[in-house]
Amino acid sequence: MEKTVNQKAWFLVLPVLVLVAFSAVIPLMTVVNYSVQDTFGNNQFFWAGLEWFKEMLDSERMWNALGRQLMFSGIILLIEVPLGVFVALNMPKSGFWSSFCLVLMSLPLLIPWNVVGTIWQIFGRVDIGLLGYTLDALGIDYNYTQDTVAAWITIVVMDVWHWTSLVALLAYAGLKSIPDAYYQAAKIDQASRWKVFRYIELPKMMGVLMIAILLRFMDSFMIYTEPFVVTGGGPGNATTLLSIDLVKMALGQFDLGPAAAFSLMYFLVILLISWVFYTVMINLEKREG
Amino acid sequence: MAKITLDNLAHSYLPNPTSEDDYALKELNHDWEDGAAYALLGASGCGKSTLLNIISGLLHPSQGRILFDGKDVTNAPTAERNIAQVFQFPVVYDTMSVRDNLAFPLRNRGRDESYVAERVQEIARMIGMEDMLNRKARGLTADAKQKISLGRGMVRKDVNALLFDEPLTVIDPHMKWELRTQLKKLHHDFGHTMIYVTHDQTEALTFADKVVVMYDGRVVQIGTPDELFERPEHTFVGYFIGSPGMNVIPAKVEGNKAYINGSHVDLGHGYGPVEGKVEIGVRPEFARLSHDDGLPVNIRRIEDVGRHKIIRADFFGHDINIIAGEDDEISADMNRVSFDAAHVNVYANDWRIAPKGTLGEAA
Repeated sequence: MEKTVNQKAWFLVLPVLVLVAFSAVIPLMTVVNYSVQDTFGNNQFFWAGLEWFKEMLDSERMWNALGRQLMFSGIILLIEVPLGVFVALNMPKSGFWSSFCLVLMSLPLLIPWNVVGTIWQIFGRVDIGLLGYTLDALGIDYNYTQDTVAAWITIVVMDVWHWTSLVALLAYAGLKSIPDAYYQAAKIDQASRWKVFRYIELPKMMGVLMIAILLRFMDSFMIYTEPFVVTGGGPGNATTLLSIDLVKMALGQFDLGPAAAFSLMYFLVILLISWVFYTVMINLEKREG
Repeated sequence: MAKITLDNLAHSYLPNPTSEDDYALKELNHDWEDGAAYALLGASGCGKSTLLNIISGLLHPSQGRILFDGKDVTNAPTAERNIAQVFQFPVVYDTMSVRDNLAFPLRNRGRDESYVAERVQEIARMIGMEDMLNRKARGLTADAKQKISLGRGMVRKDVNALLFDEPLTVIDPHMKWELRTQLKKLHHDFGHTMIYVTHDQTEALTFADKVVVMYDGRVVQIGTPDELFERPEHTFVGYFIGSPGMNVIPAKVEGNKAYINGSHVDLGHGYGPVEGKVEIGVRPEFARLSHDDGLPVNIRRIEDVGRHKIIRADFFGHDINIIAGEDDEISADMNRVSFDAAHVNVYANDWRIAPKGTLGEAA
């Protein structure tokens, strides 16, 4: 068939180009702009090259924040994924209680981030919070505003409370898609409960679990609101995760150049990790197909 | 290998069944002979999978007993019954190799590795998959997967029966025939008791020594393919088996004649008084179209299916099918149908009536 050339077709893609330009490209470019310039005020900028990037790469502060961030994401993945799978395995497969569990577990997912932070901030307070007060009354030394370990436990438990449901719901969906015949065959083959999990349920859940891990990794790697509301990054810098540190640098200290370089590197790290995940997932699907 | 006895067996999915309609499987007594190949044939939802699942122990019957070689296993769990089952959709353990798949039931039972290796090799030879043993089960074709699940069933030496639940549903047509042949050969060589559930009459008739036809939760006939064709015990059997199925026409039966709208049809045998809803059943193969012989019909359509012609016609307001040879000339003035008297069956309330004097033979 002969193709008709009609340049007016560009108008059809124009809206989306404009939208993406204003929502993503232009804001990102201003960040790029800041990252290669310096200023002494008066809105006068001059070229700084890759100076800020070098400075950030040498900065102990950023590496520490990155370390804390990786530790946070690692811990919550290690807890949420197995816990989510465990919950999914033990959920009722049908009937009233199945719907009941689904609704109950969706609830934390529907609460806005800053509300979750506030809930836990109050919940953990030693003077008026149910959790903090109870622990204190039991003689356990718990104070998330002063003790690093307590602060970490609080933000980790909060994240687990907020997001394990997501993993559980995804895993549950994966489990539900397994035909009954598999379980019947396993019974006939006299497979133990562990083998049923290992050779039937886990392989069938792998696809959704990868998505769950990717989502939870990205979300936790970018987390800001909840820990900020609870600990504000403290005590000291103990819970200052990457995004908290970035905001401190950019808005607290108004170091626009280093902050811009920082956020670009942050962005690239997330992009890189997501790309690796995506590639792994696609390959997994290919192997299955 | 074992003889499987069903004793007063019935099943309902409701907790408190009251009427007969509540039962998915109506009361049933039957012996599955040791080493025979049975097909369980019926439309979807007639209770055949229910029956199969009760035999394999995946379902506990509401009433009655199941015996393997006289031993009551009604309450025995699936694993203890030594049953192998092949499901509609191939069940293989995706992450394992073909070898590990076949070894799985033996390893779960704690057999030592040298025995396992030997058995796996043997089974792989039987199902023709020796050269694929080291491949991952994932990514194999549906028929290969189905062979693996069959092999996993046969790998245990103490298998009492092999059950098949519509195993060829997802197999490509050209592979169906090959698998069926292979199955038949396996049965011939190793003599497992086999029960094969299907709703495909060709599958049932070619596979089995005996076909068990089920309808609405009830076993309506058990017989050889020949018997099902010649003497369907229930109008459903007549209708379900054959292509097209048997013609069933309301009639009045007196002695050795049947009356349809005042005209009569000769019957091969004499009958006593027949009560209830009386019908005669004639297979299209035994109906003949001609100029002058028999009762009037209106031809509506002629279908040429290649090896013969199917004539769809109207017979006193009832649909009737007639099969004519591929080379038979059919002209517009051929508007009479006659039946081969020896092959006309009489039904009262859907069940076949035995002709007088032949009561013994009909059973």
